[in-house]
Amino acid sequence: MVSHINSEERQKEIAAFERDLERIKDGRGMLMLALHLAQNRFGYVPSDVQRIIADTLKVPLSTVYGVVTFYSRFTLIPRGRCDLSICTGTTCYIQGAEELLKEAEETLGIKDGETSPDGNFSLSTTRCVGACSLAPVVTVNGEVHGRMTVQEMKKLLADLKKQYLSQPESNEDK
Amino acid sequence: MTMQPHGTTAEMNRIATVEELNLLRDKWKAKLETPSGIRVVVGMATCGISAGANQVYEAFRNEIKKRGLDHVVVEKVGCIGMCVYEPIVEIFEDGKEKVSYIHIDPEKAGSIVEQHLVGGKPCDELTLLQLDVKDQSGYVCGKFEDLPFNRKQKRIVLHNCGYINPEDIREYIGVDGYQALAKVITSMTPEETVELISASHLRGRGGAGFPTGLKWKFAARETSDQKYVICNADEGDPGAFMDRSVLEGDPHAVLEAMAIAGYAIGADQGWIYVRAEYPTAVKRLELAIREAKAIGLLGKKILGTDFNFDIKIRLGAGAFVCGEETALIASIEGKRGMPRNKPPFPASKGLWGKPTIINNVETLANIPAIIRNGPEWFRSIGTEGSPGTKVFALGGKITNTGLVEVPMGTTLREVIEDIGGGCPNGKKFKAVQTGGPSGGCLTFDALDVPIDFDQLVALGSMMGSGGMIVMDEDNCMVDIARFFLDFTVDESCGQCVPCREGTKRMLEILDKITSGGAEEKDLDDLYELADNIRQTSLCALGQTAPNPVLSTMEHFIDEYRAHVIDKKCPSKVCKDLLGYYITEACKGCTKCSRTCPVEAIRGKVKEQHYIDQSVCIRCGSCIDVCPFDAIERR
Repeated sequence: MVSHINSEERQKEIAAFERDLERIKDGRGMLMLALHLAQNRFGYVPSDVQRIIADTLKVPLSTVYGVVTFYSRFTLIPRGRCDLSICTGTTCYIQGAEELLKEAEETLGIKDGETSPDGNFSLSTTRCVGACSLAPVVTVNGEVHGRMTVQEMKKLLADLKKQYLSQPESNEDK
Repeated sequence: MTMQPHGTTAEMNRIATVEELNLLRDKWKAKLETPSGIRVVVGMATCGISAGANQVYEAFRNEIKKRGLDHVVVEKVGCIGMCVYEPIVEIFEDGKEKVSYIHIDPEKAGSIVEQHLVGGKPCDELTLLQLDVKDQSGYVCGKFEDLPFNRKQKRIVLHNCGYINPEDIREYIGVDGYQALAKVITSMTPEETVELISASHLRGRGGAGFPTGLKWKFAARETSDQKYVICNADEGDPGAFMDRSVLEGDPHAVLEAMAIAGYAIGADQGWIYVRAEYPTAVKRLELAIREAKAIGLLGKKILGTDFNFDIKIRLGAGAFVCGEETALIASIEGKRGMPRNKPPFPASKGLWGKPTIINNVETLANIPAIIRNGPEWFRSIGTEGSPGTKVFALGGKITNTGLVEVPMGTTLREVIEDIGGGCPNGKKFKAVQTGGPSGGCLTFDALDVPIDFDQLVALGSMMGSGGMIVMDEDNCMVDIARFFLDFTVDESCGQCVPCREGTKRMLEILDKITSGGAEEKDLDDLYELADNIRQTSLCALGQTAPNPVLSTMEHFIDEYRAHVIDKKCPSKVCKDLLGYYITEACKGCTKCSRTCPVEAIRGKVKEQHYIDQSVCIRCGSCIDVCPFDAIERR
C-alpha cells in the first residue's frame, strides 16, 4: 500500500479524524457517515482507520469491513493525487467510453481500479455522473470533462502527466 | 431601487405567519417579474458547470463590478434542460424581451457586458438567433420557448429550473414557493391532504408507478410514536439525470413537498438519501435546508402552527441496489444496502422499524403544484391512467440531448423526432432504451404509442426513472444487452442466488455470443435462465435484470442469430466477430506482414497482400501500422 504523506502528518490526520468521529458517534446509524469522512480525509479506508471506527461507534470490525467493501465509493487502496474516473453509464458506453478507458489504461500503465505505485494517479470507472448530455464524460478529481474523444483524452492525459509528474519518466513501471 | 446582491441575510428574518410569507412572496415576485435593473442568469447545474459556466459567471461578475454597473445582478440558476447549448446565459430586463445567449465563454461574456449591458444592444450573433431555426411562418426563433425542442413540452417539475436562483430561498418564495405547505398546515387536516393527493392520481415517478396517495394513506393510518418521510434521490439509473437537475435547480420544491408529506402522514423527520456522485446537488440541498430552517419554514412550529418538521441528508456510496426502498433504508441505518422481503412494507415497518414513506425526487416535485392548483388541474394533463407529465433524459444518438418534460401520453415519435431532432449524421434510428438496466428496448413499431406507465409495460419495457437512450444503426443490440447484464452483475447485492449466480451465467453466455463461441442452444439456455431469474429473485433488481436481454431477444433475434450462427456482428461493434481485410489501396510495403504476430498476412513485395482468415487472431495490429489505410474491418 502506498501513502503519499509521511507518518507524522498521518498521525495528525488520524487525530483530526478521531475528533470528527467524536462529534457524530452518538447519532444513529453513523457508520456510513464515518466512512465517508474517512474516505474523504485519507483517500481510502485503511484497516487501522476501520478499527478506530469500529471502536468509536461500537460496532464489530467485521461489520465495518462488510460495509466498506459493499459500496464502490469506499476503497481499500488509496486513490491517487490525481483521481481519474471514466463514466461507463449507458450513454457514455454507447458513445465510446471503452476506448477512453483503454487509452487511459495504456497511458498511465494502470488498470481500472488501480493506483500507480508513486501514488500520483488512480483510475476507476463510475456508473453515470448524470451528465449524460455531455457523453462520454471523464472526471478528474470530481471535475467533469464532457464530450471526450480519444484525441482529447490523449491531450488531457498528457496535461495531467505534466501537472502531476515532475519527471515524466518516473511513472514508467513494468 | 436597485436589486441587492444575493446572500444578504438582512431579509432572512424568521417568518412566523402566513401573512409574512405572503409579503415576502409579493416582494420577490415583483423582483423576478419586473426587475428594476437587469437580471443576468447563468445556467449552473452540473452540465453547465462542466461546459465552463463557473468561468462565465465569474467573468460577468468581475466585468460588471469593474464597470460599476450597480443596476445589474448576476445569478446562478439551474438547468433549463437544453444541455447541448451550455453554457447558457439569459438576460431579463423589464419591458424588454428576454435574450438567450448560448455557448458562452468568458471572452464572449466580456462582449455581452460591453455591447448589451452597457450599450443596450444585444449581441445577436451570440444568441439563439445564430442557429437560424425558423418556425413555419419563417420567424427565426430567438427564445428557447420558441424552439421545436420546447414547443411540445409542459413544465411542472422543471418549471423553476433555470429561472430562479436555487441558492436563494426568497426567489423560491417569489414563485409561490411554500404556499402549498402554508395552505396545508393552516387550512387542511392531514386526512384531507392525503385525500387531495389520492384524488390527483399522482403515481410514483421512480419507476413502478405506484399511486402516491395510497402510499401516504398506508403510512397515515399506522399509529406510532415516530414516522419518517424519505426522499429517494439515489438516482442510480445510468442515463437518467432529472432528479439531479431538480435538486440542483429547485431544491426547495423537494423540501416543501417532504414537509407536506410529513404533515399528511404524521411525521416530523425527513431524510434525503442522495448520491455522493452529485456533489453540486448535495451542496445546494444543504444550503436550502439551512435557509429553510433559518427562515422558519422547516423546524419547530412552522408558520405559527404546531407542526414541526426537520430534514437530514444521508449520502449514498455508489450502490445501485440502494434505489430499492428496503435497501435504501438499510443504507440510511448505516448497513450494507441489502433489500429484504416485503411485506412488511416500509409504510408499516420502515426506517428503524417505524412507518416510513419513500418518494422519489420527481414525484415530490409535483406535490406543491398539485396542492396549489388542485387535483382536477393535474388530472387534466396527461392520460387517464397516468396524469401529469414525465421528465425524460434524452441521450445517446440524438441531436438535442437534454431534459424534456412532456405530458404523459406523448408519443415516442414526438419525443425523439420533434423534440429530440432525430439521430444525428443522417443515421437510421434503431431503438430507444427506457427504464435503464430494468427496462427494455422499444423499436420503430412502438414510435406511435402514447407513452405512460401502463403502455410501456405492455410493450415489454418500463418507465423506470425516465432515461431515454436512443440508438442508431451503429449500435449492436446484443452488445447493449451484454452491457446491462455486466452492470447488474456488478450491482447485484449478492444476497439471493438467482440474481447473484444467475445474472453471472447470463453474462457468460452473452460474452460467448459476442465473441463468436456460442451455439444455438445457448440462446435457449439464455432465455430459460432469464425467465427463472425474473420469477425467483428477491427484489426488483433481480426480477427486472433479465429485461434488457428478453426485450432485445424479442425485437432483434436476427441480430442474436447472426452472432451465433454466422459469427457476424451486423453493426460491426463486437470486435471478435470482425474480420480484417486488405483493400486495393495496399502498396505491398510488407509493414503489416512483419507486424502480424501470427504470420497471417501473405503477399509479395509491392503487390496487394491478403489476410488468411483462418489464422488471423483479429488483434488489429495491422490496422495500426498500415501507412495507406488499406486495411478495413468488416
